Amino acid sequence: MEYLNIVFDEVYKILFLLVPVLVSVAMIVWLDRRIWAFVQKRQGPNVVGPFGLLQSLADALKYIFKEMIIPSSSNKVIFILAPIVTMTLALIAWAVIPFSATQVLADINVGILYLFAVSSLGVYGIIMGGWASNSKYPFLGAIRSAAQMVSYEVSIGVIIINVLLCVGSLNLNDIVIAQQNVWFVIPLFPMFVIFFISALAETNRPPFDLPEAEAELVAGYQTEYSGMMYAMFWLGEYANILLMCAMGAILFLGGWLSPIELYPFTLVPGAIWLILKILLLFFLFALVKAIVPRYRYDQLMRLGWKVFLPFSLIWVVLTASYLFYFNLLPSS
Amino acid sequence: MIAHAIFFYTFSIIAVVSAIMVTTSKNTVHSVFFLILDFISISCLFIMIGAEFLGMIMLIVYVGAVAVLFLFVVMMLNVAQQKNQWFAAKDSSKHIPIGLVISTLIFVEIIIVIGGWKYKPDLFDVNNSLSQTSVSNTHSLGQVLYTEYIHVFQISGMILLVAMIGAIVLTFRQRSGVKRQSYIKQISRERAEGVEVLEVQSNKGVKIDD
Repeated sequence: MEYLNIVFDEVYKILFLLVPVLVSVAMIVWLDRRIWAFVQKRQGPNVVGPFGLLQSLADALKYIFKEMIIPSSSNKVIFILAPIVTMTLALIAWAVIPFSATQVLADINVGILYLFAVSSLGVYGIIMGGWASNSKYPFLGAIRSAAQMVSYEVSIGVIIINVLLCVGSLNLNDIVIAQQNVWFVIPLFPMFVIFFISALAETNRPPFDLPEAEAELVAGYQTEYSGMMYAMFWLGEYANILLMCAMGAILFLGGWLSPIELYPFTLVPGAIWLILKILLLFFLFALVKAIVPRYRYDQLMRLGWKVFLPFSLIWVVLTASYLFYFNLLPSS
Repeated sequence: MIAHAIFFYTFSIIAVVSAIMVTTSKNTVHSVFFLILDFISISCLFIMIGAEFLGMIMLIVYVGAVAVLFLFVVMMLNVAQQKNQWFAAKDSSKHIPIGLVISTLIFVEIIIVIGGWKYKPDLFDVNNSLSQTSVSNTHSLGQVLYTEYIHVFQISGMILLVAMIGAIVLTFRQRSGVKRQSYIKQISRERAEGVEVLEVQSNKGVKIDD
């Protein structure tokens, strides 16, 4: 009986985390389209509900009632598995995100590694979808995307090492608490910029949306998908974007810490600050989508391997030497 | 404890079954997917015994990078065809002895390692002060890796570097007649060197590209 109580308690906590994440994914899609439209002097979705807020719900309803077409020459099991994998991976990563010192589902020692591992598994949803479709464009898109995501993961990993050098722990809450005096965005500003750009590439956002470059590849790996399976790919993609924003907020913008440690600001719960920081980063993501043209593929690879990787490696050496020389290395 | 046992057996059964499926499934891409499943369940087992750092690194390195390259190779080359040729009824007998020799070798190695560890635990000098519970798994790993075993660690790094350079040298091909773009050259182009105004004489024209 006691055991069941623990299980129910955990299930309740998980639902309390996942339902808001899913709702905010739907809202963020609307926000993305809206910001995109405003930059281009359009209105964007503004018909369904107030300010068009319910547009995503209407879209979801439409997707649910559409027929799911499974191509006859596809590898059916993997074809169906691909969107499920994408969606699941995008959601399980939220387990370790701390919303305040105590509000975290799984406060594990290697939280940042878990986040990194889950985001590096994200490539499988795309490869599986592209391969199982058994068609040229999805396969080309999947190969492009796999190469792109593997390349940019490397630079994200090196950037994380930079932050970890200053923290001395892999726990996400420790990373946040280490920023009590100064957010890492100030001493590590170049790393923040590179993290932001790498996050764009890692989540296949414009200007790095080559896996689904519609001018060349129809829709990349999602070409053969329809109905609910397409919607799951879509939800997973946006959940991943939100996750990357949360990762950026925790690593560089002080997570759930309030910007100023003064009376009126400290009353606001940490979760609100984290959400505001995630929204700020997402706003930047959406702006970049609207104002930057798409990269060419060889330039993308050049940027990842020849610019970001050496630069962030040099920064690791610089940070480590600085901390060592001034005896600032965190002790365990 | 019961929950622990349930999780342990679930992960180990998945690991063993998917390891068998890697070798038996007809489709090579399916084999790679089963290999990935195997990696994931083994990293779950690592996490269950408290080696959380190893488990996560296993996920990041093997599943996130190595298996992706496996998938690439298997998807792009037509490995399935070659495999079916190899294991066609006529030729398969040629490969059985080699396979047997390799698998016996691996089996004997495992027996030696596990047997030695089981019956003579003090065979290897394990520093027990490192397995204290107050320090987290990652910390204790780092403390050993960068002090006692720094040379082994660096040598393994050098071996990997040499292997990488070797692979690049072996596959690098200098192709002739490829036009490359130089960003600096393109950006720093001035009007003076790009455009030239000429007096064109009637009936003579101009010579370009001389």
